[in-house]
Parts: sequence; structure tokens; C-alpha cells
Amino acid sequence: MDYLLNIVMLAGINMIAVLGVAVFTGFTGLFSLGHAAFVGIGAYTSGVLTYHWNAPFFLAILAGMAVTGVSSLIIGIPTLRANLRSDYFAITILGFGEALRVSLENLSITNGARGLSLDELSHPAWVFGALAVSVLLTRNFLKSRFGAMFMAVREDPVAAEMAGINLFRTRLLSLVVSAVLCGLSGALLAHRLAFIQPVMFTMTQSTQLLATVIAGGMGSMSGPLIVSFIFTSMPEALRWLNMWRLPAYGLLLVLIMIYRPQGLLGYREVPSLLRGGLEKWRIRFSR
Amino acid sequence: MAHPLLEVSELSRSFGGICAVNSLSFRIEAGGITGLIGPNGAGKTTVFNLITAVYRPSSGAILLDGHDLAGKRPYEVVRAGVARTFQNIRLFGRLTCLENVMTPICARGAHGRFAALFRTPSVRNEERRARESALSTLDALGISDTANLIASTLPYGLQRKLEIARALACNPRLLLLDEPAAGMNDAEMSELGDTIVRVRQNFDVTIILIEHHIKLVMGICTNLVVMERGALLAEGKPNDIQNDERVVAAYLGRPRASGGKKRHV
Ligand SMILES: Nc1ncnc2c1ncn2[C@@H]1O[C@H](COP(=O)(O)OP(=O)(O)OP(=O)(O)O)[C@@H](O)[C@H]1O
Ligand SMILES: [Mg+2]
Repeated sequence: MDYLLNIVMLAGINMIAVLGVAVFTGFTGLFSLGHAAFVGIGAYTSGVLTYHWNAPFFLAILAGMAVTGVSSLIIGIPTLRANLRSDYFAITILGFGEALRVSLENLSITNGARGLSLDELSHPAWVFGALAVSVLLTRNFLKSRFGAMFMAVREDPVAAEMAGINLFRTRLLSLVVSAVLCGLSGALLAHRLAFIQPVMFTMTQSTQLLATVIAGGMGSMSGPLIVSFIFTSMPEALRWLNMWRLPAYGLLLVLIMIYRPQGLLGYREVPSLLRGGLEKWRIRFSR
Repeated sequence: MAHPLLEVSELSRSFGGICAVNSLSFRIEAGGITGLIGPNGAGKTTVFNLITAVYRPSSGAILLDGHDLAGKRPYEVVRAGVARTFQNIRLFGRLTCLENVMTPICARGAHGRFAALFRTPSVRNEERRARESALSTLDALGISDTANLIASTLPYGLQRKLEIARALACNPRLLLLDEPAAGMNDAEMSELGDTIVRVRQNFDVTIILIEHHIKLVMGICTNLVVMERGALLAEGKPNDIQNDERVVAAYLGRPRASGGKKRHV
């Protein structure tokens, strides 16, 4: 039971970070191979606070989110200014991730490459509470005028600007929202695993986040959340397959890309699919 | 002294060696429909791109109601009261028609980020008003039945009307239409002409219309500006222009296929 709960909690924590990348990539149309760095900043900020200063967990989480948000502003402000060239950001965040890893490995406050051992503070209530609040608030935000602006920017930046949208500020907002979610995920992760190391937050993890969002479907919240759950829990569930575990994982990704190139739920959500399904049944029965 | 709504003076823009717009000056008074015509490559679309700050001028000035637009970003020009459509349609393809028209309303919306997170009653109210306003704009273009369709699935003619609706949702004083009748047949075109005239009155906008269909231009324009090779060739009332020898020689006289040619922005 504990084992299962542990898997589900890890999945829940991962889902929060995936939600962040879904906002940035799926809804705003910008790519990043560096969002794991934001997870790392959240993890280390909160970890350092609880480790060295015994900070209350709640405050440590908030600080993790705040520092992540500020870091995203520092990267975003200079790079997202180049309105029609979003590749500046993509390249800078890559470098930022590397710089972060090297710094974490050489600072004494982070205990260098050996990593920090922390207390297991992320109880189920924290994890599932944070996941529920994140999903709810993100959904609200994406339904608001800001979500509408994100999607317009994704669809056509030139036309979006001609609709009166400040491209720079809209993209920056999307980045901050996504980074703060990743920071929250990091803070919870650090105190769930009770151990963090710089190598846990590199491009490999960023690639996984991005792959999850693409496999789940651009412009969808529920798709990436479902795929995140599957991807996090499957390696565990398939443990009996032993060395075939990773190939099975890869095969699933390939199958999704072949049969659903738009991702599991490209540009749709589960609730609207259910409504659509009901509608079809109604039509079938009324005949 | 009253300013004209739009004053373009000594405007130039070159791309590499090509002088797309060459020391062009004209004024547009509030109220009418001005046709901006000229052969392919005359620089008409470039003028729109300059007015809307998609490109920076190499030299010259653009004044809206006496205020210089120099240095403004496109979204600031939109907020100053200019909206446009694109020669090669640029809709938000995967969004519904209603969402397309709601976008400019969202862009100037009032509610803040925190209210959005908690979806407060004021957020919902604002959203409802935006929806109603967008629907009535779709209705004004006669396409309210497409509201919930995905924009990219519409036929061409309706996509062009949707672009006009989205531009109108910016609440412009000046509306720039770049070949709205491209790819339309005669019946659709004359219907579009009626729509443009009606929209001009109902929304109280001033319109500049780039169009190759001379019949449409002569039918609805109150004024014409004729360009050739980036420069002003003639300016005046449609009847006078029709009889202007230089214009006939450069443009009107040459029979041409209906102008559905696609180009960049
Ligand atoms: N971004 C650009 N880069 C290089 N050249 C350009 C660019 N935009 C326009 N031009 C050139 O400027 C000239 C004027 O182009 P423009 O699109 O303004 O003409 P137009 O009058 O709108 O023509 P059409 O009726 O075919 O749409 C053309 O020679 C075109 O190739
Ligand atoms: Mg053109």
C-alpha cells in the first residue's frame, strides 16, 4: 500500500510540473528544454530553507515558488523581448540549466554534487492538496482573458499583436506561471524523495516534461496530466518486465505518436470529450 | 485646426535594394472609404504594414489624428485606433470563430491576474459581456451562425469576413482591409461591398481598402489613392481617377485577372 501510494504521490508531483509546461508550450506555443531547472530551483530553495534554517514547510514551498518566479523573470525579460524570435529564449534556458547545475555542484550551501538529505515533509495531504489547487487555479487562469491571449499568441503571433496583444508581456506571464508551477513541484519533490542532487534537474528531465506535454496533446490540460500519470507510474507498474521496462515505455511513446500525432488529447479536454460522446449516443438513440 | 484622421508624409521604406514605398504622402479625412489601388508590387500592403508598425519606415512620418505613430509597437497602434485584415488570411486557426472575435476584447479587458486565478464574479461578468459583444460583431458581418465552428474549417470567403469581424472587435477608428474580396465570385463580392458600406456606418469607422476588383472599388469608395512603384500616382474622386490618363495607362487600362494573388504579410 505504501508502495502504491508512493508511486501515486510521485505522479501527482510530476503532474504539477507538467501542468506548468502545458501552459507554456501547449497553450502559448513556446518551447523549452530547460524547465527542469525551475523544478530544481524550487527544490533547492525550499530544501536549503528547511535543511539549514528549519523553516516551516509551507513557507519553504512559498519561497521556492517565489524564487522560481523571479528566476523566470530574469531569463524571460531579456530573451522574450525579441518579439518574433522565440528561439533566443529556448537557447538561453538551455544554458541557464547547465549554469544552474554547475553552481549547485559547487556551492557549499547546497552540499555540492553529493546532494542534500532532507526530511520527508511532503505528506499525501500536501501533495494532493497542491495538485488539486494547481489544477483548479490553472484551469481558471486558462479560461480567463489571459488564457485566451496565450492561445492567440500560439496560433499566430503577428495576428495576435494586431488584435492588441502585447506579445512580450503575454509570453512573460505564461513563463512565470509555468515556472511557479514547476517550482511548486520541485519543493514537493525534494521533501518527498527526502534527497536532492543537481543531476536530478538537467536536460533529460526537461525533455521528459516536454515529451509528456506533446504526447498528452498541445493545448490540452487533461491530456498531459493523464500521460504524466501513465509515464510516472508505468515504469513502476512494469517493474516485473525487468529490462524490458524501458523499451515498453519507448514503445508507448512511439505508438502515441503514430496513432495520435496530435497527442492523446490535442486541443481538447476530457470534459468536452465526454459531452461530445454523450451527444453522439443521444443522436444514436433518438434515431 | 482639425487634423485629418490619417496623414502619411514623405513615407519611404526599402528592402535591400528595392524601394517598396517611395516618398509617399496622402491624407485621409474621417468618414469615408478610401480605395488604395495600384498594380501588383506597387507597395500597397507595405503601406499597411508601415501604418500598423509591422515594419518601421526608412523615413517619413505617419500621423493618426495629429499624433505621430513613430516608435510604437503594433499593439500600441491598435490601441491608438487602427485595425487591419491581412492579404494572406491570418486567423487563429484552431480557435472558434467566436474566440477569434473575442481575442481583441480580451486583450483590452479589465480584470487582473489574481481575479483570473479565482474566477471571481467580475471575471465571469466581463467574459459574458465580451461574448455578447463578439456575437453581435459576428452578426453585423452576417456570420453569427459560425460562432462555434473552428476558424480554419470555414470556406475562404467566410474566413475573410471573420477577419473583418475580428478587426472591428478592436474598436478601431481606422480600418485597413487588404484585398477582402480576393478569391470571391461576383455575387459574393457585391454582397461583401454592401457589408463593408453597412459596417462603415454602423461602427463609425473610416476605411482604407486595398482591392484589385475595380468594380468593387468604384462601387463603394468615396476616394482613391493610386500607387505605382512605391510612389503616389494620383489621388481623388473615383470618377476623376477613372478618367486620369496616367492611371489608365499604368493600371486601369491593362486588363487583368481577378486579383487573388497570394503574397507575404
Ligand atoms: N518583407 C519584405 N522583404 C523584401 N521585399 C519586400 C517585403 N515586403 C514587400 N517587399 C517588396 O516590396 C514591393 C511591394 O510589395 P507589396 O506587397 O507592398 O505590394 P502590393 O502593392 O501589396 O502588391 P499586391 O497587389 O501583389 O499585393 C514588392 O516588390 C515586394 O517584393
Ligand atoms: Mg498586397
